[in-house]
Amino acid sequence: MSIKTKNLDRVVIRFAGDSGDGMQLTGTRFTETTAIVGNDLSTLPDYPAEIRAPAGSLAGVSAFQLHFSSKDIHTPGDTPDVLVAMNPAALKVHLSELLPGGIIIVNENAFSPKNLKLAGYESNPLEDGTVDTYEIYSVQMSSLVAKACEGMDISPKTVDRTKNMFALGLLYWIYNRPLEPTIKWLGKKFAKRPELVDSNVKALNAGYNYGETVEIFTTRFSVEKAPLAAGKYRNINGNYATSVGLLAGSIKADIPLFYGGYPITPASDILHTLASFRHFGVKTFQAEDEIAGITSAIGGAFAGNLGVTASSGPGIALKAEAIGLAVIAELPLVIVNVQRGGPSTGLPTKTEQADLFQALYGRNGEAPVPVIAAQTPGDCFYAAFEACQAAIKYRTPVFLLTDGYLANGSEPWSIPDFDDLPNIDPNFAVQNDDLPFMPYARDEKTLARPWAIPGTVGLEHRIGGLEKEDVTGNVSYDPENHHKMTELRAQKVINISEDIPKTEILGKKNGDLLILSWGGTYGSCRSATERLQNDGENVSHVHLRWINPLPKDLGEILIRFKNILIPELNMGQLSKLIRADYLVDAVGFNLVRGRPFKASDIVNKSKELIG
Amino acid sequence: MAETKVKTPKLDRRDFVSDQAVRWCPGCGDYAILAQTQKVFPDLGVDKEKVVFISGIGCSSRFPYYMNTYGFHTIHGRAPAIASGVKLANPELSVWVITGDGDALSIGGNHTIHLLRRNLDIKVMLFNNRIYGLTKGQYSPTSELGKITKSTPLGSLDRPFNPLALALGAHASFVARAIDRETAHLQSMIHRANSHAGSSFIEIYQNCNIFNDKAFAPMTDRETKSDTVLWLENKKPLLFGSEMNKGIVIDGNVPKVVELGDKWGMDDLLVHDETDWTIAMMLSHFTYQDDFPNPIGVFYCVDEPVYEVLLDEQIKFAIKNKGNGDIQALLDGADNWVVE
Repeated sequence: MSIKTKNLDRVVIRFAGDSGDGMQLTGTRFTETTAIVGNDLSTLPDYPAEIRAPAGSLAGVSAFQLHFSSKDIHTPGDTPDVLVAMNPAALKVHLSELLPGGIIIVNENAFSPKNLKLAGYESNPLEDGTVDTYEIYSVQMSSLVAKACEGMDISPKTVDRTKNMFALGLLYWIYNRPLEPTIKWLGKKFAKRPELVDSNVKALNAGYNYGETVEIFTTRFSVEKAPLAAGKYRNINGNYATSVGLLAGSIKADIPLFYGGYPITPASDILHTLASFRHFGVKTFQAEDEIAGITSAIGGAFAGNLGVTASSGPGIALKAEAIGLAVIAELPLVIVNVQRGGPSTGLPTKTEQADLFQALYGRNGEAPVPVIAAQTPGDCFYAAFEACQAAIKYRTPVFLLTDGYLANGSEPWSIPDFDDLPNIDPNFAVQNDDLPFMPYARDEKTLARPWAIPGTVGLEHRIGGLEKEDVTGNVSYDPENHHKMTELRAQKVINISEDIPKTEILGKKNGDLLILSWGGTYGSCRSATERLQNDGENVSHVHLRWINPLPKDLGEILIRFKNILIPELNMGQLSKLIRADYLVDAVGFNLVRGRPFKASDIVNKSKELIG
Repeated sequence: MAETKVKTPKLDRRDFVSDQAVRWCPGCGDYAILAQTQKVFPDLGVDKEKVVFISGIGCSSRFPYYMNTYGFHTIHGRAPAIASGVKLANPELSVWVITGDGDALSIGGNHTIHLLRRNLDIKVMLFNNRIYGLTKGQYSPTSELGKITKSTPLGSLDRPFNPLALALGAHASFVARAIDRETAHLQSMIHRANSHAGSSFIEIYQNCNIFNDKAFAPMTDRETKSDTVLWLENKKPLLFGSEMNKGIVIDGNVPKVVELGDKWGMDDLLVHDETDWTIAMMLSHFTYQDDFPNPIGVFYCVDEPVYEVLLDEQIKFAIKNKGNGDIQALLDGADNWVVE
């Protein structure tokens, strides 16, 4: 039988299995290989909050979706073309989202009566017609890895854990991907346990050879390289990009990075990553709680370091009072919120963008804080860098909003030349013998106050959370002064808009519909806009990176469109802000399902709106 | 070549006095503590511009405004955490935390114990007046059981914290107690704390003459103090009393107050040892017991590894192993590819 190779523009694969089946790892390896092959890609890890839910249960299903293409893509894909299900529970949870007639690859050995029962199947879906309308490949992966590793001196349990590598090998065969990057990675990962390198490589090869020799697959697929702009690329996820962006900010400002934080999902990887940067002089401090995380960072900032803290919604709530202190003390500080589903503990591992109002308003008193939101995993680098720039230049805490999807999702990233990034001048105050030091005297243009750090001769001064007298910084309860200081703090934040470039519009400058978005929904909104434009609709897209302050030219853009649609993974926070600030009849499209938007949902909603 | 020595002029008390008017109630014990601090600082051998006072919220927390050094009056309970950030960002600084019984032991209890267990080289001066002053007279976590205040008209129901036992429990490396009115001794405690490398914790009994007047009167009144105060001196027997004829012995396995005479002689008395944690813990528990005198002085002082020194060593170790961080190499990553 001859095997055909078919060219595809794009493929969406979802790997699903038990939490212990190594699906995140499998997905990540496929992603790395696919990046090296030169496709554009976008990923969506989706894992449960439980570390190890009971094996085989629906609660324990962990998934990783990957969209790769020969074209420029922006989302992890609406609908999987291929579902790899390592057990019945994974099939049960994910089958309904698979493309009609799509490909299913299962580990047949896992479809035992016990696992079927755990998944809530009364009969075996592989035999009762459930999957008949799909292209199903039922493979005895567990038996095959056992055979591949026969004679090795390792436990059967350890052998069985290599079945994810078998699945990976098989998919590499189907999609014409090389094995070498994964073999190399396994060698490094298990450098101290050669028997695990051996067994995993055997399983990987077994999966690949299975495709080659067993004549059940009639077609292999190839996805050509994507026409990415020339340059050097790597694959990067949002939390890593955020961490490196913060480091880049501190190096460009030539001040050490001090990070105070407390572990929380999905922000912990920022702490982990920065902790591995000791050789850059990075100081990470795992504090006793969220409050000590931010207050130690404020202390670090007072003493002249680049103070940073990161958390997620509930942790940010605990930091609220300290953020107010940073506002009144007018110290540079970067606060990262990797948003997750709320309220309270909510959905720790799922994405949402419902903390915008928390960032804007979640403090007592008039306490304006600049807010920037990253739009893609790779953009987290630039957004973090910009947050550092603004914090230092304007002597203010700055919120950087990312989310669970951006944090764990990844994409090919055009690697910047570090020398091309601008320097950041910390502009520390120095003694001027002619004049007494005034800690709240301001720069005329930015309204920033001096950053006078302890250790500087002659600038001894006191600051604090009590209202400051203008210029001197002495404690003041004067009514006029408080009003003036409140206005000054607000104006200082507004002044950041001078640094925001002209707003880019994807599409025409006017039309029937403007899709306005912020944060991690960039990809879905961009894809939806492109599809609508291809359908001949008069639709444009504007994406906001700075939400406080908003760009100066936004108002004049909004009034040129008949309709404004604001898709958000919350119940309408930016849309309320836009309606209030610009008095335009913006319509919200709001879903909080713990997942990114499907571009198709936004397309449908848009068509509904413009009729 | 002749050796040239630039001698900086010696600072005096006035160099540490800020231009801000002090606004504590007349008669407050805080004045005495401020005065002694300003008096002793010129002798500590620390450059003025390297001194940072960090406080939380409460009457005592206004203290930094009155010291002509760097200062940060922060938010309730968080001074130890802010001070930790300051010290880690610049270990050259001399960092002092000014706090009270509510600030350090109630709202900020968590930060206090974690600072002490980490052993950053930060000095904590806890002004203990056993009452909430700034909010006008509610009981505090060190108020005695049954304390009648505005918020506890029928008496408080919770047992008081013992600040020194708490500090020792957190394994603070320097633990001492002073009294606002014992000025020379207070200065010596500040001296000792300053010369100790590691977290130093001084509880200072401070009289709030408005809401809890005479809380420590038995220990400060001339007539009674010699019988109620046990002055701790390292390697000296635990001896007290107006005629210095009373002492502490260990009888079986419990401490006991005895009178020197036929039965008990000087050689029987327990000798204080600042490096003995068990003795320190035992002494800390005399505080709320009527039968025992109140120990004042250094309870405990040992050398332990200092957090910021360890952090600096880690950084040097990482640089030695990996080389100085190369940001471009980090951006490039291990697996990258070139699109032509």
